Amino acid sequence: MKKSGVLMIVGSLLLLGLFKFPLWNIMLGAPQYPEPLGMDIYIHGIKGVNEFDIQNIDGLNHYIGMKTIPKPDDMWEFNTFPIIIGIMVTLGVLIGLLSMFGKVNHWWFIGWFGVMSVLGILGMYDFNAWLTDYGTNLDPQAIMKLQNPDGTPMSYKPPLFGHAKMLNFDVDSLPHTGGYMMFTGMMFTVIAFFVGKKEARKLKTRI
Amino acid sequence: MKTYKYYIVSLICAAFLLTSCGKTNNSASGALNSSAAEKVYVAPGEHDEFYAFMSGGYSGNLTVYGLPSGRMLKEIPVFSQFPTSGYGYSEETKPMLNTSHGFVPWDDSHHPDISQTNGELDGRWIFINGNNTPRIARINLSTFETEEIIEVPNSAGNHSSSFVTENTEYVVAGTRFSVPIPQRDIPINEYKGNFQGALSFISVDPEHGHMDIKFQIIMPGFNYDLSHPGRGKSHGWFFFTTYNTEEANTLQEVNASQNDKDFIAAINWKKVEEFVNNGGGTKVPVKYAHNIYNEATHTATSTIKKEVLTVNPLDIPGAVYFLPTPKSPHGCDVDPTGEYIIGNGKLSADLTVHSFDKMLAAIEAKKFDGEAYGIPILKFEDVLAGSVKSGGLGPLHTEFDGNGNAYTTFFISSEVVKWKLGTWEVIDRKPTYYSVGHLMIPGGNSRKPFGKYVVALNKITKDRYLPVGPEMEHSAQIYDISGEKMELLYDFPTHGEPHYAAGCPADLLTSKAKKIYRLDENKHPYAVLSPDQARVERKGNEVHIYMSTIRSHFTPDNIEGIKVGDKVYFHITNHEQDFDVPHGFAILGQNTAELLIMPGQTKTSVWEPKQVGVWPFYCTDFCSALHQEMQGYIRVSPASSKLELSWSLGED
Repeated sequence: MKKSGVLMIVGSLLLLGLFKFPLWNIMLGAPQYPEPLGMDIYIHGIKGVNEFDIQNIDGLNHYIGMKTIPKPDDMWEFNTFPIIIGIMVTLGVLIGLLSMFGKVNHWWFIGWFGVMSVLGILGMYDFNAWLTDYGTNLDPQAIMKLQNPDGTPMSYKPPLFGHAKMLNFDVDSLPHTGGYMMFTGMMFTVIAFFVGKKEARKLKTRI
Repeated sequence: MKTYKYYIVSLICAAFLLTSCGKTNNSASGALNSSAAEKVYVAPGEHDEFYAFMSGGYSGNLTVYGLPSGRMLKEIPVFSQFPTSGYGYSEETKPMLNTSHGFVPWDDSHHPDISQTNGELDGRWIFINGNNTPRIARINLSTFETEEIIEVPNSAGNHSSSFVTENTEYVVAGTRFSVPIPQRDIPINEYKGNFQGALSFISVDPEHGHMDIKFQIIMPGFNYDLSHPGRGKSHGWFFFTTYNTEEANTLQEVNASQNDKDFIAAINWKKVEEFVNNGGGTKVPVKYAHNIYNEATHTATSTIKKEVLTVNPLDIPGAVYFLPTPKSPHGCDVDPTGEYIIGNGKLSADLTVHSFDKMLAAIEAKKFDGEAYGIPILKFEDVLAGSVKSGGLGPLHTEFDGNGNAYTTFFISSEVVKWKLGTWEVIDRKPTYYSVGHLMIPGGNSRKPFGKYVVALNKITKDRYLPVGPEMEHSAQIYDISGEKMELLYDFPTHGEPHYAAGCPADLLTSKAKKIYRLDENKHPYAVLSPDQARVERKGNEVHIYMSTIRSHFTPDNIEGIKVGDKVYFHITNHEQDFDVPHGFAILGQNTAELLIMPGQTKTSVWEPKQVGVWPFYCTDFCSALHQEMQGYIRVSPASSKLELSWSLGED
């Protein structure tokens, strides 16, 4: 059960990338911003891609009545997410180690993956809810009030994934390094499951 | 169907071949014109290959152009008040124009020169001289703003300036007019023997660029016209052309043109430096201003200095020699190897080229041809490397392409002549439109010229552009010099009267060009770093308004309690941290100029209300969709009013 355990440990450890690299990135480009403005979303807060991007995004957003980009203390998520990821990494490494000593079998790997997936989906759901609130819950005193062709107030919710055109801005919302590391890590744990399964079968036949 | 297709394709090919054939066979001008246009065309959004910094002459400023397009990118205020930005009007920049003669809001700027390291352009600073009230300015090439101006005492007509030595050890400031030193009340016709010329060596701090007059060499009373530093093997020497070695004081046009030969003064500044470092020289009382702009406080301070170290060249044997040079030489140019010193007699047809090696040999052999005021004169034949028999008229200035070729302007015959160093043969000549003064090859005053283009700086513009009344801008012309023959590519108007210019590859500066000033590094004593610090304070009849700006409002925007007779200081801090988003400030009845405040910067305008009323102020730089709404009011009450100061933003 050696190989699968290693894969499980490496996979879990890849999640640590989230503490260093952004999970997600949103870029805002417009004709007057040849160098686009950008937000890097970390599990512990939001930072500008360039130093003053957040200030400049807030400056632009005040025209349409958006709230300013939240600071880490403004959102419980930024305190909770690091704890959850920390726990999941510890659990993953523990499962990997225990499997190497033959204490647990490969089904624990897929179990870990299942829990992580559910947490991930919940995280995305929460992220989307925040984007919706941020883009639609606007200051009624806003300087610019734009409407859709059907008369409903325009939403400035950035896309959860992919590209959208919002007024003069091209908005691209995509996973970033930390996110890719997390996805890769999770894939490792799935592979660990299959490798573990194979190893288990081999062991059985030998017995 | 298939053959039909082939038929069309071959037809198109044939047509293409025919047209391209036609192009090459076409009359020379047609083909040339189109390729010339391509060579200077810089597509929208693309950048030029070189920066060109052109002196503004009587505008007192320095203009920045892109080459090869000839597009003007910026005017940098240096010696002149500049209402566009408030330079010389704002409280912070007024000290920059302080001199021993008081506030001098104008000058005549002539020769820019970019700082060097090991004889190559390093892009840290550019220096330029003020000719009229002798001054040298240093401009920072990351902010493109004037950072320092030093006045030069004992000097007049600061013309043979501002050229830098190989490692920017010194920027030199030679006097065109000799004057009584110290200044005194004497008859002008006692010029001869009583007037003297000061050649000032201003040291440049290698770290922050701060200038200091290290020493002044007090020379005989000639006119020290132009200069260039030695380089390579002649590093450590400086060469100055002179005219009026006759020491005439009236009708100079005739009386200063009597001697067949004037001099190039060769100064071994390393020797003088050593003499000074060992305690040599005499400190004399003078008065001159030294103005420094601090980027952190966004504020300039002016100090009046009281003393300068002068040196008598006779005290330092071997430091100064005269090289006889025909016919009132003007330009004084040293080739990239440092061997050839070119003196152009502005009244002659030929160029005189001196050899540095021959000069050293003649000095060694003590082959002197007399002396002038105790300074040895070398024999003309002993130092002459050769002369260019050109047949042009009125040679002025020479630049080099780094491939052994030199390019000389001829003012009277309006042309640029290309010739070969060493063989002295003329290779090519091209007309200019018209009356060319200086010319510039990027890196021309260095060991490494970028010999791709030469820019001719012309004095007369008639016929070149749409007429705009009797006064018009001067014209520059750009030639491609990458081939054997020069090719005129383009001409473009320039601002003021550009004399000399300095150029460098764009990438030397683009990576370090500043985009904003950091608000968190703003140390201005009156800055407000967050809008909640905005306030109004009274000190007697002075009112200080601490104001901030951000798209699209002033904080505060309504101010009351000001009285007639108050002196109102608007200290405005721009809180933007976004490239190219300045805010302006103007108020009705302002007797100074509007301000243009860059992101992160603080500037102060003084306003002295003379009439009771409610006066608006507004942003002068279109900053956002709501720029028109970026405004406020200031209420002015009678001098006797008891109304307390109050200010607000956003309250009804």
